[in-house]
Amino acid sequence: MSAASLVFHQFRFEQKVFWRSPAAVFFTVMFPVIFLLLFASLFGDQEIESLGIDAATYYVPGIITLAVVSATLVNVSMRMVEMRESGRLKRMHGTPLPTWAYFGGRIGNSFVVSVLMVVIVTLLGRVLYGVEIPTETIPALLVTLIVGTFAFCSLGLALSIAIPSEQAAPPITNFTVLPLYFLSGVFVPESEIPDGVLTFASLFPIRPFFQAFLTAYDPLTQGAGFDWGHLAVVAAWGVAGILIAMRFFRWSPRHG
Amino acid sequence: MISVRGLSKSYGDLEALRGIDLEVRRGEIFAFLGPNGAGKTTAISVMEGYLDRDGGDVEVLGEDPANADRDWRGRVGFVLQECRMEALLTVRETLAMYAGYYRAPRSVDETIELVGLGDKADERAGRLSGGQQRRLDVAVALIGDAELLFLDEPTTGFDPSARRAAWQVIEGLRELGKTVLLTTHYMDEAQELADRVAVIAGGTIIADGTPDDLGGRGDAATVISFDLADVGAAERVRGAVAGEWAGANGRLELRTGDPTRSLNELTGWALAHDVDLARLEVSRPSLEDVYLELTGTEPGS
Repeated sequence: MSAASLVFHQFRFEQKVFWRSPAAVFFTVMFPVIFLLLFASLFGDQEIESLGIDAATYYVPGIITLAVVSATLVNVSMRMVEMRESGRLKRMHGTPLPTWAYFGGRIGNSFVVSVLMVVIVTLLGRVLYGVEIPTETIPALLVTLIVGTFAFCSLGLALSIAIPSEQAAPPITNFTVLPLYFLSGVFVPESEIPDGVLTFASLFPIRPFFQAFLTAYDPLTQGAGFDWGHLAVVAAWGVAGILIAMRFFRWSPRHG
Repeated sequence: MISVRGLSKSYGDLEALRGIDLEVRRGEIFAFLGPNGAGKTTAISVMEGYLDRDGGDVEVLGEDPANADRDWRGRVGFVLQECRMEALLTVRETLAMYAGYYRAPRSVDETIELVGLGDKADERAGRLSGGQQRRLDVAVALIGDAELLFLDEPTTGFDPSARRAAWQVIEGLRELGKTVLLTTHYMDEAQELADRVAVIAGGTIIADGTPDDLGGRGDAATVISFDLADVGAAERVRGAVAGEWAGANGRLELRTGDPTRSLNELTGWALAHDVDLARLEVSRPSLEDVYLELTGTEPGS
């Protein structure tokens, strides 16, 4: 099989597993939708004065950030731990399937789910809360999505190495991302968060990723909406993740 | 197919393998027999290319597994000691996924039939019993149509009927012309399946041969045993029949290199003196006896 068809072959089965997994579908698809409905319904009409936009317009890119991080970092981390500890990763490694084709299929799965979530959240925002669809910044949105998928998948891979067992995967993964959602202004509008905290959050990848989405969705944004500065921070984290993963990755279960 | 010379491997201070030699020929079913912790899995992991060795030469399918490439991986299939298949994919989907990794895979449906999962083809792997999951694992090992198969404890944890079924699958591999290296700690499994057996303990091979000849079993003495409570009669029979006598608590044992003659003398003496040889038995040392003697383990431990 050609390289592309090998990746697609793996992607197809990753998709099947994703959509059949109640936990993956709940946390990646249902959870963000519920949060959007909750936040936008409660605070949607309030204006965030420091930004000059209403809360619903603020929460659409916020919830997209949540959904993409969930489809990439959270999903990859949990699944890699499960694959490794079940012995399946080692078994897969013993087949002629090239490593890049396996990871290609996995990242492809995360990317497609992320695109789907961007579409769902954007449409819900438009229909229920009148949040404008940012047609002029679609290229910026796509680039943000691609950079983010790469970066957060590689961080998920790196995180999976630090997780010793399947039981430890959900708590460790959630405790890594949940505080960052709060500190980064994904759940609480940034106007309510002290500057020092925001500066601290900006050192981690979720805050700049959210800001890149916010730039694309902000109706006051002039031009194409590319937020290169924040994207560079996200990409740097992605490179760090890949380097850690390449150095420390293990195929075999920890106990064996 | 496999040639191993002086293979050694240590984990820290623990010497898992202390220089083992091994030859496996094409079309052969070769069993690695040994207690837990003997080094079976370490040795097989080196041959599979999963584990780096400390010393010795290893050649599998003409290549050093430490430098194995994709082509080599396509020619080798294996069942690992522990592997849970994807619970959310069906039997057929699992095999279709693995089939896609190989250049010339076997037919998915035929492979499902071969391992006896025909009526479970559309069942998700997570809903299969332990024995069925292991058979799916074996099916995955077969799907690439590899020439050489490594099966690491393929029946551990099976109930007796599942073991029988797995044995049939492995026998089927012989008919397909595959070469199989399997590890087991069950004597009867090695006896039933293997053309040749190597007994491994403490990181070295302490005996090898066919299951019938292993440990000098082919030339070993036959043991004739029976109950005889009368001390005087026991004394007289020892005098009347030649051979190596032993016995305790009213049960006598006669070791003999010529069982036909000894048995004839013994029963002739018993009939002539009207003595009953209660619970008379004639036995050769079982593979289990040989194994327990070789590995220095006590029966039932």
